[in-house]
Amino acid sequence: MAELSNAPAPTPDQLVDIYRRMIRIERNDDAIRKTIRLGRLVMPYYSARGQEVIPATLSSLMTDDDKICTIYRGIHDMVAKDMPLRPLWAEIAGRVDGTCKGKGGPMHLTHPESGVMVTTGIVGSSMPIANGLAWAAKLDGSRRVTIAYFGDGASNIGAFHESLNLASVWKLPVIFVCQNNGFAEHTRYENGTSVDFIAKRAIGYGMPGHTVDGNDPLAMFAAAHEAISRARDGEGPTLLECKTFRFHGHVLGDDDKYMTKEEKAAAIAKDPLPAFKAWLVEQGHATDESLAAMQATIEAEIEDAQEFGLASPLPSVDELRRDVFAQEIPA
Amino acid sequence: MSAKKMNSLQAVNAALHQAMADDDKVIVLGEDIADREGGGVTGATAGLSTKFGDDRVKSTPISEQAIIGAAIGAALAGYKPVAEIMLMNFTAVAMDMIFNHAAKLRFMSGGQSTVPITIRTLTGAGWQTAGQHADHLEGWFAHTAGIKVVAPSNPVDYKGLLLSCIQDPDPCIFIESAGSLFIPAEVPDDLAPIPLGKARVVQEGTDVTIVSWSSQVIRCQQALAPLAEAGISVELIDLRTVSPWDKEAVLASVAKTGRAVIAHEAVRHFGPGGEIASTIAEELFGQLKAPVRRLGAPYSPVPFAKVLEDAYIVSPERVVETVKALMA
Repeated sequence: MAELSNAPAPTPDQLVDIYRRMIRIERNDDAIRKTIRLGRLVMPYYSARGQEVIPATLSSLMTDDDKICTIYRGIHDMVAKDMPLRPLWAEIAGRVDGTCKGKGGPMHLTHPESGVMVTTGIVGSSMPIANGLAWAAKLDGSRRVTIAYFGDGASNIGAFHESLNLASVWKLPVIFVCQNNGFAEHTRYENGTSVDFIAKRAIGYGMPGHTVDGNDPLAMFAAAHEAISRARDGEGPTLLECKTFRFHGHVLGDDDKYMTKEEKAAAIAKDPLPAFKAWLVEQGHATDESLAAMQATIEAEIEDAQEFGLASPLPSVDELRRDVFAQEIPA
Repeated sequence: MSAKKMNSLQAVNAALHQAMADDDKVIVLGEDIADREGGGVTGATAGLSTKFGDDRVKSTPISEQAIIGAAIGAALAGYKPVAEIMLMNFTAVAMDMIFNHAAKLRFMSGGQSTVPITIRTLTGAGWQTAGQHADHLEGWFAHTAGIKVVAPSNPVDYKGLLLSCIQDPDPCIFIESAGSLFIPAEVPDDLAPIPLGKARVVQEGTDVTIVSWSSQVIRCQQALAPLAEAGISVELIDLRTVSPWDKEAVLASVAKTGRAVIAHEAVRHFGPGGEIASTIAEELFGQLKAPVRRLGAPYSPVPFAKVLEDAYIVSPERVVETVKALMA
């Protein structure tokens, strides 16, 4: 794996902004899980608790104009990209005020205004589409970048290989971000993947590949900065493998039989959120009070979004005939 | 008004040149399509990269998922990509991108995403390319909500319908079929786009309606003279768009004739003819003078041996026999 160049260190403001995105993801995830348990939301939920650092750091370096394509375990990627929470909650509740009028649901949110272009329920399918968005940025003569998020399991599907090859041949401004949480659904990484590091696969496609501790904001910042700068400068794609762990199994409610209690407990003990919070205070970048105030603001935003979403009307059945094509299907 | 005599491939080429000249958002991608690679295996994209540049006209690796994915992504960013999937059987490799993404993103995003891509693809029996290079798979695509399926039979329609597909706000699959590629016709230089979803009456008649599309229209046309000699007045409808299909035109015709035959090159079993036949039966029961008949390929892969391939295709003779039997 190539060595990372000397990316500039993040400023205190950037560090606090990364934490803001992390806590917004974590608080929102907590609220979704509680609301499901209370029976107020009925939805399949693929929690990304534990994976916050990855999109929080990358998003801190992106503008509203930059695009992401993400996957069914992707609400953290959207929240990190500052998707407004009211339409997010209305969508996961299947209501008309949702980003997709309740027709996409939690695995398929789209919100172009915040750059969330596609959320796919198909493993690996974020990547081929991200290439097209990146091609468009090149045609536009823009410095816009596109991120394709995906999991470690997706590095074994054909779409990954076709996409990396094309992105490299066409020198596209795209970053392939693998959130390697160690499990492809229920299958342990080493039982399904031929290499010890997914980043090694970048060599086969003629692009830089880096394995990063995806729970370390500073390491993530350096890797993200380099990959995004490279894409913006027209130097082509990068594969980032960000190692992490998910705290709540593949889908909320699964019993995690495929992992040991010890490894799960060890991962949770290394939860990056409290550690990063303590570090920010210790370094003097923030105070307990300032972070508590930030969290209170975020919690109020989430509570408002939740009430808004759950109070939004249900879609009319006429919606079945709308948006199939641009022109409504006759009744 | 000036016109040029051309075959259907040349009509496709003319439409692509025109669309790219008229709208700089039109971009083209596919295997071997740039002039460096010969302008496409059939020459359908010849001259485009020279005229419009390598940024807008891109040869791709042999990566069908990546091709359609790139087309979708560029479409989401405001472009109108025309992707070539060399042969229709190869769409199988890109099916996730086509039917889970291109077809569904508008609906699943509540109308925010629009995927105005055109997928041009070649197929059809007659060249002895056998079971992985010649299937007519329009039924696969017609069964998926959100994608338009266009299947022209002659150079004018190839040009006019392709122009419409490219400007259509929704994904279209445009089927270029072997049996209809090399029959020339006069095509006006300033041909207006031909609207999707509108059938063409090839010949008016009063006894029997034949509904067909793509290369099968040619073979139905070859049946018209012997049927006329037998004193049978046939109305031949070229559907042109398989989905959404022109129900109004078909039902009006069958209401007049009372008899219908649907003929297609696709396999008959669960083929598109079944949908059309059952719609006719549902809407016009009581007005029909005979059962609706379907003609299609047998329930078999496309064969290699010429004798088998000839038997596979619905011949003009079979069309004649079927219509005569209906009139008996």
